[in-house]
Amino acid sequence: MTDASMDTPRPRRAKTSLVSEDARTKKRNAAEKRFQAYGIAAIATGLFFLAVLAFSIVRSGLPAFTTTVVDVNFTLTQEQFDEAEGQLFKTKAYSGYFITALQKKLEAENVQVAFDEAAIERIMGKIGGTLREYYTANPDQLGQEVAFKLNASSRVDGYFKGRVQRETLQDSRFLTLADLDLVDALAEAGIVHSAFDWGFITGADSGVDNPGGAGIGASVVGSFFMMLVVLFLSLPIGVAASIYLEEFAPQNRWTDMIEVNISNLAAVPSIVFGILGLAVFIQFMHLPQSAPLVGGLVLTLMTLPTIIISTRASLKAVPPSIRDAALGVGASKMQSVFHHVLPLAMPGILTGTIIGLAQALGETAPLLLIGMVGFVARGYPDGFISGFTDPNSAMPAQIYTWAARADQAFYEKAWGGIIILLIFLLTMNIIAIILRRRFERRW
Amino acid sequence: MYDAPHTERDVDQQDIKISARKVQVYYGTTHAIKDVDCDIEDKTVTAFIGPSGCGKSTFLRCLNRMNDTIDVCRVEGDISIDGEDIYDKRVDPVQLRAKVGMVFQKPNPFPKSIYDNIAYGPRIHGLAKSKADLDEIVEKSLRRGAIWDEVKDRLDAPGTGLSGGQQQRLCIARAIATEPEVLLMDEPCSALDPIATSQVEELIDELRQDYSVVIVTHSMQQAARVSQKTAFFHLGNLVEFGDTGKIFTNPVDSRTESYITGRIG
Amino acid sequence: MPVIWLIVIVLALAAAGFILGRTRAMQSAGGDSRHLHSLPTYYGSNVALKAVVPAMLLMVVWLVAQPFYVNGVVSGMIPDSAIADGSSRGLVLAEVRRAADGLDNAVAQGAISEEFARNARADFTDVTTRLKEAGQIVTTQITQPVLRAAQEYRVINATGNMIMSGVVILVALLGVFWGLRETNKDFRARNVVEKSVMALLIAAASIAVLTTVGIVLSLIFNTIEFFRLYPASEFFGSLTWAPSFGGGSELGVLPLLWGTFYISLVALIVAVPIGLFAAVYLSEYASKPVRSFAKPMLEVLAGIPTIVYGLFALLTIGPMLLSVFGPDGTGWMGGQRAVITAGLAMGIMLIPFVSSLSDDIINAVPQAMRDGSYGLGATKSETIKQVILPAALPGIVGAVLLATSRAIGETMIVVLGAGAAARLSLNPFEAMTTVTAKIVSQLTGDSDFASPEALVAFALGMTLFIMTLGLNVFALYIVRKYREQYD
Repeated sequence: MTDASMDTPRPRRAKTSLVSEDARTKKRNAAEKRFQAYGIAAIATGLFFLAVLAFSIVRSGLPAFTTTVVDVNFTLTQEQFDEAEGQLFKTKAYSGYFITALQKKLEAENVQVAFDEAAIERIMGKIGGTLREYYTANPDQLGQEVAFKLNASSRVDGYFKGRVQRETLQDSRFLTLADLDLVDALAEAGIVHSAFDWGFITGADSGVDNPGGAGIGASVVGSFFMMLVVLFLSLPIGVAASIYLEEFAPQNRWTDMIEVNISNLAAVPSIVFGILGLAVFIQFMHLPQSAPLVGGLVLTLMTLPTIIISTRASLKAVPPSIRDAALGVGASKMQSVFHHVLPLAMPGILTGTIIGLAQALGETAPLLLIGMVGFVARGYPDGFISGFTDPNSAMPAQIYTWAARADQAFYEKAWGGIIILLIFLLTMNIIAIILRRRFERRW
Repeated sequence: MYDAPHTERDVDQQDIKISARKVQVYYGTTHAIKDVDCDIEDKTVTAFIGPSGCGKSTFLRCLNRMNDTIDVCRVEGDISIDGEDIYDKRVDPVQLRAKVGMVFQKPNPFPKSIYDNIAYGPRIHGLAKSKADLDEIVEKSLRRGAIWDEVKDRLDAPGTGLSGGQQQRLCIARAIATEPEVLLMDEPCSALDPIATSQVEELIDELRQDYSVVIVTHSMQQAARVSQKTAFFHLGNLVEFGDTGKIFTNPVDSRTESYITGRIG
Repeated sequence: MPVIWLIVIVLALAAAGFILGRTRAMQSAGGDSRHLHSLPTYYGSNVALKAVVPAMLLMVVWLVAQPFYVNGVVSGMIPDSAIADGSSRGLVLAEVRRAADGLDNAVAQGAISEEFARNARADFTDVTTRLKEAGQIVTTQITQPVLRAAQEYRVINATGNMIMSGVVILVALLGVFWGLRETNKDFRARNVVEKSVMALLIAAASIAVLTTVGIVLSLIFNTIEFFRLYPASEFFGSLTWAPSFGGGSELGVLPLLWGTFYISLVALIVAVPIGLFAAVYLSEYASKPVRSFAKPMLEVLAGIPTIVYGLFALLTIGPMLLSVFGPDGTGWMGGQRAVITAGLAMGIMLIPFVSSLSDDIINAVPQAMRDGSYGLGATKSETIKQVILPAALPGIVGAVLLATSRAIGETMIVVLGAGAAARLSLNPFEAMTTVTAKIVSQLTGDSDFASPEALVAFALGMTLFIMTLGLNVFALYIVRKYREQYD
């Protein structure tokens, strides 16, 4: 049978020393190095993309947190007030006083620059109207020095942030080259400068014509109410479903069907959930459009599979001996699960829930279809219940709205919104990691 | 048919193939092999026996530097093959492993055809000049692995579809195909039934004509059947090393005696 | 919000029932809980469950059913003559609802009196103007039939809500009495409570099935409606996508499918090699510190919301590519929105998806395979290329299919980065559009839901759902088979 013993095998390999590489080994080792290099290159590319992404978010988003303000100390006397109120063009009179005051101030600082009322209006808006409004409302301030903090126009803001450049600027009714000289002079005198923009964080969305006034605060509130809905629906439902599937479900068709459904729902595109929300919650059940309640319901359905999958994993990780121990002292199956298994699995369940919530928080596509994008969230909801039912926006929807607007000044806001969104996501993920580290139990 | 086992063959004047001096192996902080000295002869079957966790497999894996693939493992001391230190910096473990083949505890055919399983080694080492040449190597290796007749009609079938014993012989044939000089076998029969075991044992005896074979085994009977030299390991120490007949009939060390009489292990 | 109050009342009844049930059980046992069959809290829970569950179920059913009934009644009030040409009954009904909401809100603000809201006649007073003054959004002039219907709508709804509140509270009370009557020391409260809890658990688990049913139904009904208005052969056969809301649209799905596949292809060309090589390196070569740094870093890419990638495509990748391939460079690219822009962003998004799935799959290949190969003197790369990857191939194919399904269903990146023009072209530097992008644009416009231009979105959604479902089922099947092989 074995003829090998009859003829000695012809040696194919020359006897070589181990310490010297032959040509073939050299070639193979070179291939090995190349292959490793591909791997390193792949990882480097991935990390490079991450770095570029992070860089563009930070670079383009940070300016959204500052705004250009004009600081002017201005005194209006009672006589001036009376005189202005007696004139036909009242706001013009106020502008006149302001310009005179500003000129004096610049002379005192030894800055030589010429300007007129139109230029001032292009830089800091209709100053006359602002002043008149202020002094009519606060007549007691007359004769005293008042520190006015005015927002510069969005073009001037853009000039400060590098969005508007001298070389490419064409004189228009919004801004001229001469204005920029004035702005430079004012900046040198410390009158115009950048300041942190609380309005962006706390404010509501503005109209399409006022990028400077747009803030993300209202949509943060919208997202918050949506997440409340998601948390209070998906956590109990998800945990209940997981307990049933992991602890009680008999092996039958219905159970199989539920399992298949869950794993498939986890991979259904989010836009399809949007269609579901539109058809069922809005068309069929007539729930209000653009309401955080509806957004929350849709996101709940989307998040459920994630939560169920992670909850089942945590339940599975609790060793059967715990269940047996409870049953052994006469507890019912239900008691053993609710008194022993569930508390032990809780850290894992919470971690999974937070991660699911973080996913839901960043989800945009379904919100487009239930009308959270067309809506301009101009204000905060006026109560707890109306927080759920009144139309509002949500963070990612707000970001999309800004990105879709024609005025490029909104892009900066969109990037800024992304920073806020990512801060929320990061916080949630860090909490999840801490929870896992702190309470993770290895059996 | 196979000849009767050649256990009575004269084993005295053989060349030393592998020599190990003061070998220490650490897994992290665990000292797994302590001060092992051992000479393994050419054209001989050497058996490593000992209780579980005694370090016999670990020592075997040092001989072709398979331990390199484990991060926490550290080897000290000298091991040389034909007088060349295999832990020398200039030695490429890949070249070494071509010279020192290995067969594992569980049969591990690649999820490829039987033909490709055998041809894998010759292909990566460039042993075949042509397709016909490769066919010849495959046939010869399968014949030497004593499995040719069983698989010659289905060389395209996946190797994973064979029975356990066939798989293990396939793995041996696969190791032979690269024409190693030493063949290491790590409990090659532990996953096999008695019939498959005896087939593999016959094969091992067959292979002794051309190779130095080192076999780790749990079974003392197996060691007695196939080997000419036996080394007894205990708690990381090489307790006793000598002719198989002598170890089993007249051991020097009391621990060896306890082990072969079944009191420890 | 009366529904909220209703819920609060029912919950309060349940809480009262809980305390009563517990007390009654204790009394029946003579104050010694050892004589009870179950723990006292179970008796309380039994009563509370009987108060809450039937009442809440009734409320939910009522809330869903009432709009149908109201719509039916109101719809009957609108004569055919009141439906203008080019409009439909559905549109008029929507107008009725808007008018009714407007009246409600105006009353709530105090802009009009309840009396006025109930009895005003559109042919005598200018209801429209008054509503508009009250800040309500009323689209067109409210005609008398619409106003009558809206007034009726308000009345029926108000009556309905009142009856519902009464019935729900009654049911809750009955539940409390039922539970209390059962309560005595021999009653097996624990078993009953546990059975009810079990039913709730099953109901929760069945929500997954309900969701799928909801998706399928909402897609199917609207898709059938669409095909009634627009021939299916045109939808699947036409090479043009040109919706026009005036009518006469051409709604061929093929250009959209082409855009979807082309962009997904670009994404996969980016993601698969990078993801796969990264996974191979991380699982086979990388030292522990490198792995523990690079792996989570790559996974950060997976945690970033898609809107961020969309913005990244539109505002970073697009302009970057444009500066190289645009009019100032090679001149291949017309605008920053293009197949390659969206494809690149999507590819970056998919890298961690491919790499972590492949990583799992490569790790599932048994160590014995690697040992066998190393034992024959193979190098690591030879082992990977000739043993591990072939062994892991089915799993990797499954992972790539899952990634494809992700790419096909991705919305935000293509909405922002790919463009709006449907085109059948091979040039990756041109703007194209996808199924998902068109679902968004057809459903977010101001069109009415009854027009084929809006309904086509549901047919597109159906196409998308079937494609991704098929891919997912197939991919999960492959991956599961693969896992079983090595278990």
